[in-house]
Amino acid sequence: MHGMIGTPKIAARHVCKVYPGVDGPMVALDDFSLDVADGEFVSVIGPSGCGKSTFLRMVAGLDTISSGTIEIARGKAGRPLNSVVFQEYAIFPWKTVIENVAFGLLMRGVSRPERLAVARGWLDRVGLAKFAAYYPHQISGGMKQRVGIVRALANDPEVLLMDEPLGALDAQTRLVLQDELMRIWEETRKTVVYITHSLDEAVLLSDRVILMSAQPGRLLATFDIDLPRPRSAATMNTPRFSEYREMIWSRLSGEVARAMEQQQ
Amino acid sequence: MPAITERVVPFRARGFAPRDLPVMGAASIAGLVLLWQIGSSLGWISPVFLPAPLQVAQAIYRMTVSGELWRHLSASLWRIALGWTLGTLIGVSAGFAMGLFTLARSPMQAFVGILFPVPKIALVPLFVIWFGIDEASKIATIAIGVFFPTVISTAAGVEAVQKNLIRLGQSFNLTRWSIITKIILPGALPSMLAGFRITLSVSILLLVAAEMIGAQRGLGAYILRAGDLFQTDQLIGGVVVLAVLGLAFVGLLGLVERRLLRWR
Repeated sequence: MHGMIGTPKIAARHVCKVYPGVDGPMVALDDFSLDVADGEFVSVIGPSGCGKSTFLRMVAGLDTISSGTIEIARGKAGRPLNSVVFQEYAIFPWKTVIENVAFGLLMRGVSRPERLAVARGWLDRVGLAKFAAYYPHQISGGMKQRVGIVRALANDPEVLLMDEPLGALDAQTRLVLQDELMRIWEETRKTVVYITHSLDEAVLLSDRVILMSAQPGRLLATFDIDLPRPRSAATMNTPRFSEYREMIWSRLSGEVARAMEQQQ
Repeated sequence: MPAITERVVPFRARGFAPRDLPVMGAASIAGLVLLWQIGSSLGWISPVFLPAPLQVAQAIYRMTVSGELWRHLSASLWRIALGWTLGTLIGVSAGFAMGLFTLARSPMQAFVGILFPVPKIALVPLFVIWFGIDEASKIATIAIGVFFPTVISTAAGVEAVQKNLIRLGQSFNLTRWSIITKIILPGALPSMLAGFRITLSVSILLLVAAEMIGAQRGLGAYILRAGDLFQTDQLIGGVVVLAVLGLAFVGLLGLVERRLLRWR
């Protein structure tokens, strides 16, 4: 249950995104509204090309909004509004693991001892302390994405925006990182908007799952995921989990089929 | 029990994998010089046509002791230092402009496209008219020859920087300048350094060409004069000095690369 008390942390109102297409304008996102409460984990799921990543980039301020508004409520002064975790590990190959994690802090003028201490703390939490001095080409894809995730968290943003963060990983690494992500989130309770293709991931991680339609992306349905926390990989074996999964898939499958037809 | 049939699968993935054997590289050069020396000693090679390696070594020794080597080498090094630095500075700036700004992009692509294939030696007479027969025309020749490859490799490097890394910088609220210096510059550096490798040899090429047109000092002038006087030992001595100069540049650049591209 997401009792929305007070103002939401993220308020997206009637957001539209129109691209100039070959045969006239193409509506990627149509009148999309979403409120995310402080400390809520919201996943957005939908078929390919439904505009979910576009929405995330607009929240991040990395894409223009055709109409409508997106607001993020500021809490602590001086705290960055948002940090983004990208699908393709966007980490600097010329910086070591720890320098990558400390990057946001460096850019905000945090002193060297402090930012290294913060970064080290985060590396400890995801078991990367040993690799602090490694360069990205020396570590695995799963480790790179851990670096991307803790770099965003080390920056201590108001909201954390994740664009299919585990999408490029193999299935096994993905399970491990899901678990880690869940553990860290349950400790930090950041406000998260999480874009994913994986229904399991969405149900497992989220307080709420937003289902979007095939293009033009509209809000199709909202599912409150009332599974007890702390959750773990074992949560996926519970009957409740399967119920949620089936309930959402029954709506999502039609959209996926529709999206596939559109692409032909 | 079924009959055990022996099945032998022959290994077929042989070959097509050349290995590096640096020792053989050095040995083959030494071997060639040895053959050359033997051929000269036995009188098979005419000393005027091609002096023996020992004669060349003596010529180099003589010009070193007499101070003549340094007189020419210092003039040449000075021209290369100025010309290469000038061409590189302008080329890197232009390359960044080309890779970053719409207004610079197409016009510069057009200029580079037209002027890059022109042999810069053809411009030497023009530069002599513009800048006089002295140093300026030689430096300008080297600079213009260095400029074009630098522009191309720098612009290619700037364009090759992962867009994600730039978006990431923007999501951390970096200023435009910080994105250029902290993300694009290190990202473009491998391509720029590969360009420097080319421009250093281009600068030797153009140095000699320019020094063969009206110069009192410099390795090009020395070699030209030796040829006019049929002093082939001095001529080849000069060429050996040029080869050593080229090797020194490559070695120096290798050091710089190891230092700056440690992360690769």
